[in-house]
Amino acid sequence: MSAPSDNMTIPAPVVRSRPLLLRHLPYFTCAAILVALAAGMQFDGYVLNVLMQATTFSIAVFGLCVVLGLCGQINLAQAAFFGFGAYAVGIGTADLHMNYWLCLVAGALIALAAGALLGMSTLRLGGHYLAMVTISFQEIVTLVMINDVGLTHGPDGVPNIGRPGLFQSSQSYLAFCVAMLAIVGYLVWHLPDTRLGRAMRAVRDNELAAGVNGIDVFRTKIYAFALCAALGGLAGGLFAGGFAYVSPDQFTFNDSIVFLTMSLLGGSASPIGSAIGTGLLILIPEWLRFLKSVPGLYLAIYGLFVILIIRFMPDGIWGFVTVAYERWRAKTKAPAPSSPLKLMPATAGGDIVLEVTGLSKHFGGLKAVDGVDIQVKRGGVHALIGPNGSGKTTTLNVLSGLYKATAGKILLDGTDITHMPPHQRTAAGLGRTFQNIRLFRSMTALENVEIGAERPGNRMIGSGGDVALTGRAVEALNFVGLGSRANELISSFSYGHQRLIEIARALAANPTLLLLDEPAAGLNSTEKLELHELLKRIAAQGLTILIIDHDMTLVSEAAQHITVLNFGRRIADGESMAVLRHPDVVSAYLGNE
Amino acid sequence: MDLFLQLLFTGIGIGAVYALVALGFVLIFRATNVVNFAQGEFSMVAAYLMVVFSVDLGWPYWLSFLIALAGMALLGVVFNLGVYYPLRHRSFLPVIIATIGASILLDNSVLAIYGPQPQVLQGWFDTPGIQLGPVYLDSQYLLIIAVTIALVFFNYWFFEHTMLGKKLQATSQDKEMASLLGISVSSMIMLTFIYSAILGGLAGVLVAPVLFVSIQMGSTIALKAFAATIIGGFGDVAGAIIGGLAIGVIETFGAAYISVPYKDGFAFLVLILFLIFRPQGIFGERVAEKA
Repeated sequence: MSAPSDNMTIPAPVVRSRPLLLRHLPYFTCAAILVALAAGMQFDGYVLNVLMQATTFSIAVFGLCVVLGLCGQINLAQAAFFGFGAYAVGIGTADLHMNYWLCLVAGALIALAAGALLGMSTLRLGGHYLAMVTISFQEIVTLVMINDVGLTHGPDGVPNIGRPGLFQSSQSYLAFCVAMLAIVGYLVWHLPDTRLGRAMRAVRDNELAAGVNGIDVFRTKIYAFALCAALGGLAGGLFAGGFAYVSPDQFTFNDSIVFLTMSLLGGSASPIGSAIGTGLLILIPEWLRFLKSVPGLYLAIYGLFVILIIRFMPDGIWGFVTVAYERWRAKTKAPAPSSPLKLMPATAGGDIVLEVTGLSKHFGGLKAVDGVDIQVKRGGVHALIGPNGSGKTTTLNVLSGLYKATAGKILLDGTDITHMPPHQRTAAGLGRTFQNIRLFRSMTALENVEIGAERPGNRMIGSGGDVALTGRAVEALNFVGLGSRANELISSFSYGHQRLIEIARALAANPTLLLLDEPAAGLNSTEKLELHELLKRIAAQGLTILIIDHDMTLVSEAAQHITVLNFGRRIADGESMAVLRHPDVVSAYLGNE
Repeated sequence: MDLFLQLLFTGIGIGAVYALVALGFVLIFRATNVVNFAQGEFSMVAAYLMVVFSVDLGWPYWLSFLIALAGMALLGVVFNLGVYYPLRHRSFLPVIIATIGASILLDNSVLAIYGPQPQVLQGWFDTPGIQLGPVYLDSQYLLIIAVTIALVFFNYWFFEHTMLGKKLQATSQDKEMASLLGISVSSMIMLTFIYSAILGGLAGVLVAPVLFVSIQMGSTIALKAFAATIIGGFGDVAGAIIGGLAIGVIETFGAAYISVPYKDGFAFLVLILFLIFRPQGIFGERVAEKA
């Protein structure tokens, strides 16, 4: 980033909200009561086992809540990660006579490392790869558990697993597990509102848009996947201590499917849903024990359940409840902006914000962009126009990093961004919108814009606390005239308004250069006028805009400078009116006589 | 050297089965952009149908074979209507999960009906095989290889030289445009599911005499077939065939020279290596860049 010149960093408004722990006192009170109940009530052995299973399984399903619910990635090997934790505690305490706590932590860490490695090998690729690779991994782990007799005792399993000295009795150990459940549940419940959690939701909703809003998509997915695996490992460790015996048949692919079904039934997006799903799928089979007399019947019903849930209740049981809550929340009043939106684009001092030289993008033999030079002057509106297929959108995609340049160089405010991935370009000061709107559809307008505001290197949000983020996002929404509807879900906005939210998302990040990809496409004439006004207000604050559009009225009125492409080459460049009268431009649009 | 040739023959034979299932994967993927995780179950169900009609009821082998394939066509229809079609407008994740649900349902329904005991199915020929120099050519493996070769040619002819094949290709490449040209997209997709189910079933019936007929056979074959499609290059027909043969050969040699219990692990190891070092596979994944 450049020196902040006269635009000094604005200190974030110091508004102290009540400490988080205090606001969530009811949660902790309930948790404490549950722990006390688990410790104090007298259960018989059978009930104790069912409760122990439900508690430890819930923690493993919380893992799926992170990876599947929040981040939208699939994990069909949760039972394997669960097994890592279980065997770590099992082999560690029974064979190696190690400290229980050490084994529990080690199990979670091993699972974490395995999850991270597995994720690194696959998460760059499409979701079907991940599904298949996790199944393969699950199969390999099962094979090792059965065949590596020296380490795992093979099919016989590991007996005589120890517990920590403090929780020797089953009852006290259950209380300990419930306490762990409450703590992990709290963390997972809170995750969506943290920076990492928002990034995960953005990745789930729209990977491309997440990337151009400054989120490292690949790393976010790995974090989610590793976290899920670690929770699986932790749960497995607790499970092993609870039942004192583990064997390979407890950690098979079928068990991974059971975890998945629990997550889907309850609603994978929330830990509350996960706990409900886990509880139901452990209790229901206990009530319907006769089903277990026919081998397979029970899992066949699970399979049918999965299909039916996906078809008729895609958000699970808890999803039903949440949708109602979101409708209610949309009606709550949006926070009022403290001040109008300020745009203070960073500057390295030069006259040129974006300098593109010799940019080319070839798809096989097709030269979509061929040796294009563009110089965008600071503080103006620069338009890139050309007939259909002239390479405008390809140029924009190369500029924002969605395509790799075949040749050429891109300098943004003096920084070479040619080889950066999209999220780093965003961090360097690039903002963009898409022709076909790419918003995070499961989030509210405010949350969408918050993700934009959270751009690494955004000087307008101070240290990036929640209050500053929300403040900045409300200002940006207000700037485009939608501040009063901040808490509504994206689906309730019209097409034109969605476009404005996308612009607000880019503005909240306080970019150095804003790329607008056909912002007028699909807008009616009133909306186009509003858009024109908005562009003027943006430019008035000194933010440089590079716009692509077909609407010649908009382009000729808004832009001072125009570059024209045709067949991937630059055919004209200069001051607007002169360019539009250029004979080559006229013939490119209207044809030759 | 003799052992080497023998293993090579066996590997290619078993690889041909993976190739057939992989082909089914690829066809469905290209038509619907969905990976069908129940593809292996098609093989398993067909093998059990074979056992029911040929062994339990004692009907002629060829008749049982035809009934099994007809059953698969029916299963393809039911699968499309029950699992894929209702979810066709949703993103890929729900569809994947639904097909996984379907595979669990099929596996365990068969288990509930038929029990866990693996079944034995006779081969097609009475002659067990022929000795060719140092190599013993098992007749069932020869049949598998022959059928696979025939199907590769049939596929080529069907997709490149018939109108129906062209329509299927058009549908898989651009559904909207295809429907604007008067192609019934939903019936093309239905046809793809039927054809893939039959391919999967054929693989199951052919491989059943070599392996035991068991509940697990479907998922085992499917995982390896999927590994084959990735190794070959996702969505590529030739890649699926080459990948399938490669997996068959690798695991046969792995079992012979390295470790028998880990036989099923080799395919996955190769798969993960490919994902790290050459994720686009041998022939490269057929995906266009999109933004």
